[in-house]
Order: sequence, then structure tokens, then C-alpha cells
Amino acid sequence: MECVFGLVGDGFAVVVADTSAVHSILVHKSNEDKIMILDSHKLLGASGESGDRVQFTEYIQKNVHLYQFRNGIPLTTAAAANFTRGELATALRKNPYFVNILLAGYDKETGPSLYYIDYIATLHKIDKGAFGYGSYFCLALMDRHYHRGMSVEEAIDLVDKCIMEIRSRLVVAPPNFVIKIVDKDGAREFAWRESIKDVGAPTA
Amino acid sequence: MSIFEYNGSALVAMVGKNCFAIASDRRLGVQLQTIATDFQRIHKIHDKLYIGLSGLATDVQTLYQRLVFRHKLYQLREERDMKPETFASVVSAILYEKRFGPYLCQPVIAGLGDDDKPFICTMDSIGAKELAKDFVVAGTAAESLYGACESMYKPDMESDELFETVSQALLASVDRDCLSGWGGHVFVVTPTEVIEKTLKGRMD
Repeated sequence: MECVFGLVGDGFAVVVADTSAVHSILVHKSNEDKIMILDSHKLLGASGESGDRVQFTEYIQKNVHLYQFRNGIPLTTAAAANFTRGELATALRKNPYFVNILLAGYDKETGPSLYYIDYIATLHKIDKGAFGYGSYFCLALMDRHYHRGMSVEEAIDLVDKCIMEIRSRLVVAPPNFVIKIVDKDGAREFAWRESIKDVGAPTA
Repeated sequence: MSIFEYNGSALVAMVGKNCFAIASDRRLGVQLQTIATDFQRIHKIHDKLYIGLSGLATDVQTLYQRLVFRHKLYQLREERDMKPETFASVVSAILYEKRFGPYLCQPVIAGLGDDDKPFICTMDSIGAKELAKDFVVAGTAAESLYGACESMYKPDMESDELFETVSQALLASVDRDCLSGWGGHVFVVTPTEVIEKTLKGRMD
């Protein structure tokens, strides 16, 4: 039951994802990072089929880097979102990727933005969005508490409310979440919300 | 649920006296869940030609990009805008190209042709054109729209009356369809101006 959600605040965008890697009834690990840092000012939070998720997001990341190497300037968030949608749309009728994506970015000219990209390549620019079973709880909470121009504290408070709701109301709730933020200073990890800590592998 | 009802949509185009109106709802959903309430279904091809696309949102976006590309090439080669009748034939051909793996969209085309004579048409997802002299409808709310338009339509309405009629018909119809709604977006196009208005209806 993968959950990814995100929202746009005052000069920043935040993306949150659960961190459990699940195969049928088995939890392989609970610290899997599903939010990829595409470049200095972009985040790609992805949920869906694990193989497709890793392969597709790495493919997008490498192509974003390639554009920067070739052209000397980075892609805008809108351009990266449209490129991602194009790749999903082309693959849709051949070999579809079952990955849902929330792409957050910060551009100097246009500020923070968040894009919703479905696995069937539906693209839409949004202020708040969510994927997965967690979306049934998160979207309602965000509709109630979200407003334009939230500060980081207010946004993280809303994010924590969403995480608590998922933990208490979703039957197979993921225990741990990672929060990443992107603003004028770049894309970075903001915090983890862990209720189960993975024990490291014992050394020989 | 049919794949045409995956995202939800409502489109209507009506002919008036030397003008036309094209209107759509604003909901973007994924089956029962609403993702956004500001989705744009009607796009401008040129000043006197608009196309509305209903159906699966990803194909709406892909098809729109292909049509804009074709029209821009036409403009470069012919050094003029496409006539609405010609554009309708192009759309029909593009849709039939994918006869055995179609774009899951139903377009509604509205334009001012030679001598600013209004032209409207719709087609199914494989390009069967349906020309009409009064109004055309498409989307999940199509049956309701047929009824509303049939009762409210009068020939040779001026632009103000046409705007009122098309707005009332749209809002009345989407209120009976759970998959479309969340307001409306209306364009009324006369030879001299384009009036674009957003409607606020039942926001559910």
C-alpha cells in the first residue's frame, strides 16, 4: 500500500513517500527511498511496480542530466514533467510503466510547482496531490487544512497530520516515511518519520 | 467501468447567429476520486477554431499535441489557418489511423469558416464525423446534454443569449453526472471577439 503525496507552499514544494519495499506479504525493507533527486532543484516521488519505478525514475534522472550537459542549462520543472509524460505516453501502448509520479521543482522565474503524472501519462499541474490508498485520507485532510502560501512549519504540520492518519486508518499502513523538500536553495531530504527502525546487517 | 468513463468529461458546442459557443466541465478524476478541478478540455487551434476533447485524459493530451503539431506544419506550408471543415477531416483521419488501437477520445470541433459561418462537429473515437446545424455533445454527461440542449436551443441566438443557453445546458447536465462537473469553462467566439468565462456550479 504505497503512499506518495505532496504540496506546494510559499516558495517551496514538499514531497512525502512511504519507505517500505513490499513483495506480496513480505516486507523486504522499510527504508527504501522512493523520492529521487532529479537535479539540483527537482524531486521525483514515484510509487508503483518496484522494477518499473527504479528503472523509469533512473531513466528520467539520467536524461535530465544529459540535457544539462548538452545544453549548459537545466530543464525547467514544466519541461521535465512534459518529458516524463511523453516517455510514459510513448511506452503506454507498447510496454507500459506502472509508475505514478509526483514531480516537484523550483524555478527561479516561476517559483515552486508540483505535477501529477499518472501511470497512463495523465499530466496536470496541481497544488496538492496524492497517490495510493493513502490518498483517500491525505487528499481529504489537505482539502481541509491546505491554503496557498503555507510556511514550511505549517506544511510539515499538515504532512505529519497526513502520516498519522495513514498510520491509524490504513489497514496495512507503511510504518516509515521520508519527507523531501525543494526550494530556492535546492532539493534535499528534510526528515524521516520512522516508527520501525531497520536493524543494520551484522558484520561477519 | 468503461475506459471512456475513467476520467469523466462533459463537452458541448452550439451554433448561434454568426457565432458559436463551446463549453466543458472542469473535473479531472480517476474513477471515483477527483484529482483536480481546473482541467482544461477545450484548446485553441487558431483564433477561429477550437477543439474540445473528452474521454481518457492521457489520450486527450497526446491527441491535442499531435493536432497542434499538424496545424502548425499546415500554417508553415500553406501560410494560412486551416478551415474548420478541413481540420475536422484531419482529426477524423488521425483517429482512423489508429482504428485497431484507437485514441480513447471524442472530439468536439467548433469554428468559424468562410464568411464567418459557424461550423460544429463531433466524432467518435475512430473518426466517424457527425456534422450538426444546432449543437453537438460529448463525454460522460452526453445523454443529459442531449436532453438539455434539445429543450433549450433556439436557432440564431446572439452571443449573450447563446452564452446563457450553453451555460445553463452544461450546468444542468453535469449536475446529473457524478463523473463531470466542478464548474464550467465556456468560450463564445464571434468574428470580432472571443469571450471566455468560467462558471461556478455545484462544486461536487
